[in-house]
Amino acid sequence: MEENRNLYFQGSYSQDDEIQVVAFNLGKEEYAVDILNVQEINRLLNITRVPKSENHIEGVVNLRGNIIPIINLHKKFNLQSEGNEEDKRIVVFQFDDLKVGIIVDEVSEVLRLGKEDIEDTEKVYSSINAEHIKGIAKVNNRLLILLDLLKIMES
Amino acid sequence: MKMDMSQYLDVFLEESKEHLEILNQRLLELEKDSGNINALNEIFRAAHTLKGMSSTMGFDDLADLTHHMENVLSDLKEGILPVNSTVIDTIFKCFDRLQMIIDNIQANGSGETDNSNLINILENIKTGNFEAAAIIEKEIPVPILMPTEENSSSQESFAFNEYDITVLKEAVSRDFKIYNIKVAIDQGCLMKSVRAFMVFKAVEEDGEIIKSLPPAQDLDEGKFDNDFEILLISTVAADALEKRLGNISEINVLYIREINIDVLSTKPVMVNGVNNFSKSPSDTPDSPRSHKAKQTVRVDIDRLDNLMNLVGELVMHKGRLEQIGFSNKISELNETIEQIDRISTDLQAVVMKVRMVPIEQVFNRFPRMVRDLARDLNKEVDFLIEGKETELDRTVIDEIGDPLVHLLRNAIDHGLESSQERLKKGKSQQGTVILRARHEGNNVYIEVEDDGGGIDTDRVMAKAVEKGLLTSREVEQLSREEAIELLFNPGFSTAQNVTDISGRGVGLDVVKTKIESLSGEIFVDSKPGQGTRFRIKLPLTLAIIQALMVSVQDELYAIPLSSVDETTMITASDIKMVQNQEVIMLRGSVLPLYRLGNLLSVPGQSDSDDMYVVVVRKAERQIGLVVDSLIGQQEIVIKSLGRLLGGIPGLAGAIVAGDGHVRLILDIITLF
Repeated sequence: MEENRNLYFQGSYSQDDEIQVVAFNLGKEEYAVDILNVQEINRLLNITRVPKSENHIEGVVNLRGNIIPIINLHKKFNLQSEGNEEDKRIVVFQFDDLKVGIIVDEVSEVLRLGKEDIEDTEKVYSSINAEHIKGIAKVNNRLLILLDLLKIMES
Repeated sequence: MKMDMSQYLDVFLEESKEHLEILNQRLLELEKDSGNINALNEIFRAAHTLKGMSSTMGFDDLADLTHHMENVLSDLKEGILPVNSTVIDTIFKCFDRLQMIIDNIQANGSGETDNSNLINILENIKTGNFEAAAIIEKEIPVPILMPTEENSSSQESFAFNEYDITVLKEAVSRDFKIYNIKVAIDQGCLMKSVRAFMVFKAVEEDGEIIKSLPPAQDLDEGKFDNDFEILLISTVAADALEKRLGNISEINVLYIREINIDVLSTKPVMVNGVNNFSKSPSDTPDSPRSHKAKQTVRVDIDRLDNLMNLVGELVMHKGRLEQIGFSNKISELNETIEQIDRISTDLQAVVMKVRMVPIEQVFNRFPRMVRDLARDLNKEVDFLIEGKETELDRTVIDEIGDPLVHLLRNAIDHGLESSQERLKKGKSQQGTVILRARHEGNNVYIEVEDDGGGIDTDRVMAKAVEKGLLTSREVEQLSREEAIELLFNPGFSTAQNVTDISGRGVGLDVVKTKIESLSGEIFVDSKPGQGTRFRIKLPLTLAIIQALMVSVQDELYAIPLSSVDETTMITASDIKMVQNQEVIMLRGSVLPLYRLGNLLSVPGQSDSDDMYVVVVRKAERQIGLVVDSLIGQQEIVIKSLGRLLGGIPGLAGAIVAGDGHVRLILDIITLF
């Protein structure tokens, strides 16, 4: 079932040179990740602290019986948390067998980005190191930073 | 046509192991009662299937050996050869070799072995030369390479009894035609039985199948090689049948022959070919229905875990619904919730049950082993198995085999006396070993009992002194129970002679370690002169353990009950300082204390004067863990913390508690 869904999504964008992204806020900046890696978006569930884990690990949550680690990118990149508690969400990603959630201040929308709208990383400043960024996309007057979550997780 | 068979390898391995198990079981039956035709038939059938499977998979050595074995079996069935001990022993040896080959295939994918010595013996037996067969065992193997038969069942054909003939004559008189149809199913077809069913369906549209070879029941269960024959009465012409069958994929019609009724006499007559073994195609009334294989589906254990997760989730959300119904006082909702409650409870029970496997799987290989052992040791053993239908979690089943082998070997080698000794003691000549399994509460007990001499504690103690485990003075103060307990010491073995079977220095300590790793316990009762009983207590499942839930500030943790010795309540004034280490006096001994809050850097400080101490055991040393309160004992389902968080010292995993929160399981060994 999972495979079918992915196939469907791949089919939906690969014909035209677009990618679909989920856009969200971290602090004052807008970020985005490829929708193919997003499994789901949840309200803040009950997060259980994991003692002796790294500082940016917020804890673990129960997602339909699966234990999912939650990463706090604010802590990792020294970002200030903005917005209402109400709007905070956990975005759960899946990379192969690894499932992980990140806390975001607000999920804004799902967007289609043309490949030509995405710029190289070196030119743009962000709070997050360039090595964790796949690129920057300009949509109307907004700047979306495309995150490379797998790299973030490995670092 | 060369196909990639690797994807079928798992299925092949599983199935061949099952067949080998059947072979061993039935041969044991045959050994006890040489006139047991049903057992022989079943041996033959299983061997035949094994041959077909292995040649399909391209394991020619395996197929070749089975082929020769089958030749001998066929002669046994025909009554050409007598069922005697040489034959039985040789066939058992063949089974062992087959097992070895299959194990090799599993280990390194190659089934190549030189079986010429065994084949030579089989050939000798076939020619009735038993002496040569018995002698030849130790001779230099003669390489004989027989070509693997491409189609193993080509000689099979129908035999008719009087009743069949009557039916056929009746059919002909009503303008039916009789056809003998042989259909081959493509090699590599995974659902042979479905193809067979489709063939049946197609030809039965305007006709009736009188017989099939192998019988319909076997076809249903997929117990056949790649071809089968049917005897059909039908009103349609042969080419119409052929056309209809041609529409079914993955099959090949080898021939459709019309049979002339006049050729058939009332005596059993073959329609074509040689009657190599007269298998009655219809099930004889006394055929063993009880041995009918259960219909099963193989499922990846991960999927079951997944299913269990989902059910757990369902139960959790049901709890939430209940809350909503209760706080909003919606009576209509309550009714529905009660229904859901019942269904989800059933569902949970069913899912748990799906993971359970009868212990029969493990037990079934023991009769053969006991027989061989008893022969080697020249002892007479009556081996009884009780409660083999007892069910255990799959994960436990996979692990329990080796410890049981060990205990059974012990019972026969050390436990039972020799026949002469038994007679001298006034016991029956034949010793009894009982293997028993039963449920009790949430545990399964497995017992290995013998009526031998019991444990000689004097010898055990002498040995302990000799091995330097204890001084002779210490030994004197031991009770009988404590002396028996010595057996579980690493490197302890009381066998006076080091035999092939046991007494190689690795002994009961290995058994004990294994059982404990399965969260089980082992007990021994032994009465001098009357026998010994080993009792293994195992949890029903490994995925679920008993844990003590404790709290520190707002955080809850689970401590596996297996590492908890006791709990006690203390006040702050009970704590003393010894060399900068907090301790308390517990029944006269000093117990070092560690505050769980500090160990896990739980934010906040407890200000209560009362606190609880959980006494845990770490490598024979007792340690007190200070916690704020004890929540209670609970059954928990262990889950992994995953790749990202794995390997944090002190944490053994996580659980999803009833309220949906994740709670962490402490690992006492790595906590400090």
